[in-house]
Amino acid sequence: MKAKVFVSLKPGVLDPQGKAIQHSVELLGFTGIADVRQGKYFEIALQDSADQEQARESVARMAREVLSNPIIEDYRVEIEG
Amino acid sequence: MKFGIIVFPGSNCDHDAYHVISKHVGQPVDFIWHRDTNLDSYDALIIPGGFSYGDYLRAGALARFSPVMESVKKFATTGRFVLGICNGFQILCEAGLLPGALIRNRDLHFICEHVLVRVETSDTPFTNEMTAGSVLRIPIAHAEGNYVCDDVTLAELQQEDRIIFRYCDRDGSVTETANPNGSRDNIAGICNRSRNVLGLMPHPERACEDLLGSSDGRDIFRSLAATLAAVA
Repeated sequence: MKAKVFVSLKPGVLDPQGKAIQHSVELLGFTGIADVRQGKYFEIALQDSADQEQARESVARMAREVLSNPIIEDYRVEIEG
Repeated sequence: MKFGIIVFPGSNCDHDAYHVISKHVGQPVDFIWHRDTNLDSYDALIIPGGFSYGDYLRAGALARFSPVMESVKKFATTGRFVLGICNGFQILCEAGLLPGALIRNRDLHFICEHVLVRVETSDTPFTNEMTAGSVLRIPIAHAEGNYVCDDVTLAELQQEDRIIFRYCDRDGSVTETANPNGSRDNIAGICNRSRNVLGLMPHPERACEDLLGSSDGRDIFRSLAATLAAVA
């Protein structure tokens, strides 16, 4: 079983890295880009015996307490069986 | 009065802070490894600058889980003094001892230069030997010093006189051009509600000798020493 955690900056928090990436891809000739936001992605391998609901809860707690800073970031958890 | 300097793997301003306390403040000081948890004998702690845990995940994020940090939290609740410098400020924010967060500098660069900060209040244990409105020249050295917080927190900080240092120009005016990293409201340093925990991005410990370009940082350590002498 695998958990995927996506951490992204909250709307409204300045993302200078995203802005710089947007600038670079525009220089490369890509057009029509309204905004780029950079985030983080974690893959967490879980023991196959783990209970899916328990796994979701504990990964969500991990995401809330460690992987993201709730002042500036949001997170989303996906569990793949 | 006894000072302790917390050392994490990746701290690199610990010796600078030790030098300042032992030489300029002239008081006993220990290094405290991050796995130690007994802080009973200390009156003030310094969480120094550096790159604790390589700044992995987020600056200061992993240091907060070091065993010593639970003791630091308890230490702070007893009213004793905690000074977080640069990475130390980031750690205090991640640990919830100070509000807000420090994100990537507005212009993405790692900035290493002397900047000017205005002392906003002398009503803290760290600034009581200074005059509000005075301007200090102190170096910054960071990539993640862009202070952010929500509107409610900012209003609280302003109303409770908890913004201690703000980036300013030579005349002491707080302007956008004097803001090196994009920090909200030009914030360079804040304190907690009880005023015994201070975090700031500039490095006062690197500004204690004229030979190094400025000795303005001494005033912060002088203030803290005066506070400790008064409570002793």
